Amino acid sequence: MAGWTTHNGKAVALPRANVDTDQVIPARFMSASRAEGYGGYLFADLRDGDPDFPLDRHPDASVLVAGPNFGCGSSREAAVYALVDAGIRVVVAESFADIFAGNAVNNGLLPAAIPDAGAILDALGDGTASARVDLDGGTLTIDGKTYAFDLPKIWREKLVNGWDDIDLTRAHADAIAAYRKTRAKTASWAWPDGAS
Amino acid sequence: MSVTMLDKLWDAHEILTNDEGASLLWVDRHLVHEGSHHAFAKLAERDLPVAAPELTFGVADHYAPTRHRDHVDNADVAKMLDRLSRNTDAHGIRLFGLRDPRQGIVHVIGPEQGITLPGLLINCGDSHTSTHGAFGALAFGIGATQVAHVLATQTIWQTRPRSMRITVEGALPKGVTAKDIALHWIAKLGTGGATGHAVEYAGSTIRALSMEGRMTLCNLSIEGGARFGMVAPDDTTFAYLDGRPFAPKDDAWDAAVQDWRALASDAGADFDREVRIDAGDIAPTVTWGTTPEQALPITGTVPDPDSFDGARVKAAREALDYMDLVPGQKLSDIAVDQVFLGSCTNARIEDLRAAAAILKGRRAKVPGIVSPGSMLVRAQAEREGLDRIFTDAGLDWVASGCSMCVGMNGDTVPAGNRCASSTNRNFRGRQGRGARTHIMSPVMVAAAAVTGHLTDAREFL
Repeated sequence: MAGWTTHNGKAVALPRANVDTDQVIPARFMSASRAEGYGGYLFADLRDGDPDFPLDRHPDASVLVAGPNFGCGSSREAAVYALVDAGIRVVVAESFADIFAGNAVNNGLLPAAIPDAGAILDALGDGTASARVDLDGGTLTIDGKTYAFDLPKIWREKLVNGWDDIDLTRAHADAIAAYRKTRAKTASWAWPDGAS
Repeated sequence: MSVTMLDKLWDAHEILTNDEGASLLWVDRHLVHEGSHHAFAKLAERDLPVAAPELTFGVADHYAPTRHRDHVDNADVAKMLDRLSRNTDAHGIRLFGLRDPRQGIVHVIGPEQGITLPGLLINCGDSHTSTHGAFGALAFGIGATQVAHVLATQTIWQTRPRSMRITVEGALPKGVTAKDIALHWIAKLGTGGATGHAVEYAGSTIRALSMEGRMTLCNLSIEGGARFGMVAPDDTTFAYLDGRPFAPKDDAWDAAVQDWRALASDAGADFDREVRIDAGDIAPTVTWGTTPEQALPITGTVPDPDSFDGARVKAAREALDYMDLVPGQKLSDIAVDQVFLGSCTNARIEDLRAAAAILKGRRAKVPGIVSPGSMLVRAQAEREGLDRIFTDAGLDWVASGCSMCVGMNGDTVPAGNRCASSTNRNFRGRQGRGARTHIMSPVMVAAAAVTGHLTDAREFL
């Protein structure tokens, strides 16, 4: 996965609170393989029959601004695949659900938590605005106004470097092996009994 | 120094911390299901083995058909079940497959088999993994990239959450269950109310709960935003686990219990956040909207959206529109089209017994499905004659799986239909496109089945 430091794109508003991952991608689409692509399933039920759905009015948007607690509910990473495959690089909201935010970062999607996201939603209305995101500075500039977002250091590093955790962790193989040995000695009950 | 159970569990699993403040944690148990196919594909791409197949368990549940298991007609379902079998076979992972008599929902069979134990770190690619925290385990749901990471390394990177204690004191009123405790606190604090926190449930009410009740409560933690829910292990926990197939035996059991008794938060341990609830304030609760926080006592009325603040006004208005309800309507007047008793939240033996006690000798006015949490729960219920009570009432008694909670196996609620459901999410379309879900406890589902509308179960107790 390629890392990134800045992004310039078009922002659009999805003025809904508590957008759960069942809304982002309904369960019936989740058996597809990653290679088949998930972009076509994004918000499938919300946009069906709604000709005014924001992403249909502005299909080239790459910054999605939504209400608080975005991504709550199911841990399905397919919700992130659907956003990424549809060209979204940044989701802006007052707050994010924990599992969604972690999944997003693992796929190069920035969950930008901004306390003033409600004001950005109001300013956007039905329209769009040009947006610039700077991961190093931790800022979103939208229509000339700049907002700071709080991003854990580890998440910034991962997004910027496009880090793959598995490679990083395998570099700690010795520490893991040593831990495993100690745990097997001090908490042998932690291994499942062979009975079945 | 006084230490919380969260910190004790965290410290016991921490292999190292990096410069960015994340911990690399050892994973004692990893549970995979059909939805884990993305993670296995990531492993295959890099030709990596599973690091600890003996600590990994596979379960067919999300797509498991609840009827006609001899021949799976649905090609999509067949494909998902086949992928799971092939992936677990290829990596030497034990699988509780569709035809295994122990098959069931991953969060039911983990504890039932003694795979879940106090003091363990447990991961699964499912948000309701918080269920296992009921045993005093550090259990949390993860996404596909993390599932692949755990498969490849038996570890996970995680930043320590903030600690939160919800203390519930007093006797639960008649007809009030663990489900109602959960819906009560989520309605009070919101679906994002505990985001970033690990919740420990404490107090005399929690101590008096059975393991089934504690699992229901921990299961629903994620609906309030908490990725972790936990209860300190005690004699109730040990009595539940003693003799389970994968639990330690003999001397190993004694040593384990000794270690587990030390897990509870020390007296005087500081929590980042404390919430106190009086059990006497909790009533049988139902949801009226499309998030679990949109819940009220059954004695209430559909709220006026303008009675909320901020973003909740619009959310309530949209929810009422989707649910086809009007402000001021009595909740107990809302007619339902069908009922569902099942899911990792409320389909254990105690749940089935409680629902059956209301349905005994009565007929359901609406159709419904009863899907036990596991095939062993199903067998136990049949030994007790509960299946007859459900079928005599006119409900369908089916096999175990996630079923109508998530609708992946084809068990769905038709568009526009209203379902009284013992599940965990009343999201739009969760039980099927256009489906309208009211979540509630098993006794409340049984009462709704009998009357054909949302009903205060206390009328039947």
